[in-house]
Amino acid sequence: MTITDAPKIVTGRLAAHDDAHTIARYEATDGYKGLRAALQRAPQSITDEVKAASLLGRGGAGFPAGVKWGFCPPGVFPRYLVVNGDESEPGTYKDRILMESDPHQLIEGILIACYAIGCSQAFLYCRGEMALAHERLGEALNEAYAAGYVGKNILGSDYSIDIVLHWGAGAYIVGEETALIESLEGNRGMPRLKPPFFPAAKGVYLQPTVVNNVETLANLPWLMQHGAEAFHALGAENSRGTRMFAVSGHVKKPGVYEVEFGVTTFRDLLYAPIYAGGIRGDHALKAFIPGGASAPLFYEEHLDLPLEAGVVGKAGSMLGSGAIVVMDETTDMVKATRNLVRFFARESCGKCTPCREGTTWLERILDRIIDGHGRPEDIDLLLDVCDNISPGLLWPPKQTTICPLGQSATPSIVGTIKRFPEEYERYVNAPFSTTVAINGAAYLSPPVAAAATGGSAE
Amino acid sequence: MPRLNPDNIELAKEIIGRYPRPKSALIPLLHLAQEQDGWVTDDAMEHLAELVGCTPAEVLGTCSFYEMFKREPVGPYLVNICHGISCHLLGADELLEHAEQSLGVKAGGTTADGKITLEEAECQAACTEAPCLQVNYRYRYKVANEAFDQLVADLRAGKLDDEIPPHGTLARRSTRQHIPTDRAAGPAAVDVNVEPVWLSRNADAPEAKG
Repeated sequence: MTITDAPKIVTGRLAAHDDAHTIARYEATDGYKGLRAALQRAPQSITDEVKAASLLGRGGAGFPAGVKWGFCPPGVFPRYLVVNGDESEPGTYKDRILMESDPHQLIEGILIACYAIGCSQAFLYCRGEMALAHERLGEALNEAYAAGYVGKNILGSDYSIDIVLHWGAGAYIVGEETALIESLEGNRGMPRLKPPFFPAAKGVYLQPTVVNNVETLANLPWLMQHGAEAFHALGAENSRGTRMFAVSGHVKKPGVYEVEFGVTTFRDLLYAPIYAGGIRGDHALKAFIPGGASAPLFYEEHLDLPLEAGVVGKAGSMLGSGAIVVMDETTDMVKATRNLVRFFARESCGKCTPCREGTTWLERILDRIIDGHGRPEDIDLLLDVCDNISPGLLWPPKQTTICPLGQSATPSIVGTIKRFPEEYERYVNAPFSTTVAINGAAYLSPPVAAAATGGSAE
Repeated sequence: MPRLNPDNIELAKEIIGRYPRPKSALIPLLHLAQEQDGWVTDDAMEHLAELVGCTPAEVLGTCSFYEMFKREPVGPYLVNICHGISCHLLGADELLEHAEQSLGVKAGGTTADGKITLEEAECQAACTEAPCLQVNYRYRYKVANEAFDQLVADLRAGKLDDEIPPHGTLARRSTRQHIPTDRAAGPAAVDVNVEPVWLSRNADAPEAKG
């Protein structure tokens, strides 16, 4: 066990205080000190410090934040910051907590980043379905404007910037940074081709744009106060500081835990009494998703790997968005796979053929297998469709599409067919049986007249 | 079929004024239209096109891409049952089946009294609290069948009206962002290539007041 007493960099305040979302509590607990410290410094020195700290992006791709900031071409303005708060990867639950329970920490992080990069406006894109987060962020921004932390001449300095709270409207693909930018411009959230549309060069309105995840930015106030050295002292290899992991599924204590990055292991997180506390009902572990629905499954033999981006990558998966979903021995892996694939099929934006057609067919084939209409050759057919979306079925996956959504549907299929072939065979070899039960009002009631509905917003 | 009312036109103009280009305000404005009418009407989309300076077809293009915008009437309570992987593992399918049976509608339908629209939804970022659901995007965690029936009864009786505003209202008005004019830095115009004043500041520059 490698459980450390690393500080809770981003969740310390909200864990200790129920009113962590108010400006009074925030100011009473070192709030906006990081911003004050930043304003005394040269912007470039802050970017250098974030680089030195090795703060990896916490959204999924894990790219170093300071390096990303440095990609903005010199002499081209205005630059924009877009905050990616469109958390929707299945299993992921962290950014919502930060937005709902400690919004000022995020606002301070945005202000520090914009000061360092030289952004002239920031857009905080919050996922549409999070009504409480909208309310908390709106109130916090209003408080921060009134107190002089945001807006014109921040804290009496020459630094001025608006943070605009922007509401999404329900589309997973918008979490992809170029789709996020399209959405922010008022369009359908379809990804742009890179190159030429690397956001740092051609982002919002084709201007230099930095897109950062909520948790990434929430680290900055602490980093400004304690310095890169203290941050870098935590963790291992390139994975420094702490990270939030949501452990869900078949565990005794599902929860969101902030742990030291790079050294804590999956076993610690899944079994330690202070974390998830073991598998429910003392069942055996069957499989777990280490980093969101896009990540290949891990099994028993991976439990002792540390939560370190490079190590997990070499082992054939990724830490992605910090979403660990645990499945015990009672899990029907074919149904779990169908669930994951259905998500990608429904959320495909439809721009690229391999993703739009491929994920849809994968879902249909899995549906018919589970419904008892599967043929033995359907198992090979699944692999063939996967191979058309991501040739060679490699890790890291090859991409035939503009963004990685399509290929994200393939690892769960490939992994479960390899590991649990007997479960697929049981379905396709079973005698045909109808699974549709016609019993009850749900299937017999008449269609509802349109007149009976309608809004009541007045 | 309604366009935006005068109060909402004022609000729409304020929202548009925050962005360097008006079309960026389109998704927030579609939410505003949905808040006013409970769903997004064709007339509202035409009105928004006038306000942001694009064609109604472009507004429809954006509107139809996003799950949350309803282009036909729904009940004042939209119940979204999460069927993401974490909820799936802990009984979301069973909860959905119970909901369909007890409400008498399939997912996607509205109850005969017009009050409740039932949907299955993708992951709602409450994975540690599975199975979960949202009513008008307000959460209910670890929902058992009995709790679901109680929730529906409370909704129908109007007992939760303080906590859960009707469909279309996301943040309540008192909690919305409002940038006071005397504090606003203003939108950063796209075609003005000027380096921000603070960026070239070096470590020896005069200290900012703080």
